[in-house]
Amino acid sequence: MKRALALIQKHIKGTISMIRINCPHCGEREHAEFTYGEDASRLLPANDANLETWNEYVFERDNVAGEHLEYWHHALGCRSWLKVQRNTLTHDISWVGFPHDTPPAQGEVKS
Amino acid sequence: MGNYNALNIAWQALTGNKNWQRAWRDPEPKSHYEAIVVGGGGHGLATAYYLAKIHGITKVAVLEKGWIGGGNVGRNTTIVRSNYMLDGNAPFYEHGMDLWRDMALDLNYNAMFSPRGVLNLAHTKSQYDVFARRGNSMRLNGIKAEILSRDEVLQREPTLAAANSERFPIFGGLLQPDAGNARHDAVAWGYARAADQLGVDIIQNCEVVDFIHQGEKVVGVKTSRGDIRADKIGLAVAGNSSRLASKLGIRLPVESHVLQAFVTEPYKPVINGVVTFGAGHFYISQSDKGGLVFGGDIDGYNTYAQRGNLPVFEDVISGGLSIMPSLSRLKLLRNWGGIMDMSMDGSPIIDVGPIDGLYLNTGWCYGGFKATPASGWCFAHTMANDKAHALNEAYTLDRFAKGYTIDEKGAGPYPKAH
Repeated sequence: MKRALALIQKHIKGTISMIRINCPHCGEREHAEFTYGEDASRLLPANDANLETWNEYVFERDNVAGEHLEYWHHALGCRSWLKVQRNTLTHDISWVGFPHDTPPAQGEVKS
Repeated sequence: MGNYNALNIAWQALTGNKNWQRAWRDPEPKSHYEAIVVGGGGHGLATAYYLAKIHGITKVAVLEKGWIGGGNVGRNTTIVRSNYMLDGNAPFYEHGMDLWRDMALDLNYNAMFSPRGVLNLAHTKSQYDVFARRGNSMRLNGIKAEILSRDEVLQREPTLAAANSERFPIFGGLLQPDAGNARHDAVAWGYARAADQLGVDIIQNCEVVDFIHQGEKVVGVKTSRGDIRADKIGLAVAGNSSRLASKLGIRLPVESHVLQAFVTEPYKPVINGVVTFGAGHFYISQSDKGGLVFGGDIDGYNTYAQRGNLPVFEDVISGGLSIMPSLSRLKLLRNWGGIMDMSMDGSPIIDVGPIDGLYLNTGWCYGGFKATPASGWCFAHTMANDKAHALNEAYTLDRFAKGYTIDEKGAGPYPKAH
């Protein structure tokens, strides 16, 4: 009976795990408070960059399957923009920082 | 295997239904094909079928990493429509409607296409005007469209009457009478069986992990079941397009997002056609078994996990209750998610790839199911002739760089907004 319960709990955890983001200002909050921004690895090209560079910036995406660096806006909280490292295969968040921060190198991240 | 027909059914009934054969073979992959279609979803199977049927290319393999019908073709809300406004889109989807109407006879498989109408509800005068404009654009493209008054809407869908005094009273609606639903599993199985009968090898549990190059050309794929070479390789892998393209060093104008869908317990008929809510994002229809099938927005963040989160779940349900309060009395049976290939303008890409030997079919956003036959038809033409058909010539990969985006919503390069 205990084993069956544990199995059911594990299954539920695996299928409906909420995204919860640990905001540096407000602490861990539910996904519903945040608005997704976009891929945070894209860098704005110089104003005089050629058209091809601008096309790559505006339209093309790495669309990573795995660790993904992205912006979230804490719209219903402190209203600050955050940079988040989230695994797009599992929804696990391994790092949260401010937009100017960079996450620690891959090996140092504790998931 | 033979055709499915009444005589066949009678004979099987008399012999205890013991002699039915499998609907398609389970062949070992050969080492070389004329064409490989990566992805055994609706689009991939339809592509293989039309390659064999129309273009005479029968040495075709469809490589599917899972099983047929396990991906987005079995995860959608089964809606078929062509109520598009822009010139690049409307003729393509309308050609699809022609193929839907003939599908059951063409494939000798009952796809249960049911043109019960798609009704978009308008809740304000200005929304009604916008729908009238869309309806007029559709008519200019030869697609039937009717603008309905509030009374006509309520006569058509009496269940909505209860919502009429609620927060979002119904002002009117736009109806595409020829649109409707089809049984999605039957579409996948029907195309698989028909393609197989024409000699196409459908290879399941065969994941493409890399490509084989020869100079500048792609000449084959490395799979979990060995290397397979081919003259032409088409990708029809929806949400996994970027993952495969990245093996070739190609970045696509696509992001992968999850879309959730829902079905309730079976109930007596309450919804006649497909109804979409205009003051939120919610669409609903009733399956032939009676289950109310509905969905709403994508979750809105990059993901490859085939499951969504609860905020969108709540948003969809609350949208549903706004137009159909009686929905609250039904039990939800299932909820699932599929990975959408969201493009930067909300329109798809069916094009000759940037590398020789490669062909691309991607960017379906969350409208891929209705496009299944037209997408396969056009992709087969593009693969066979190395050139787009007039119907898909607007769906190029370089349209973004050239400024010819096809953006129905005018939302800009934000995939989550389409």
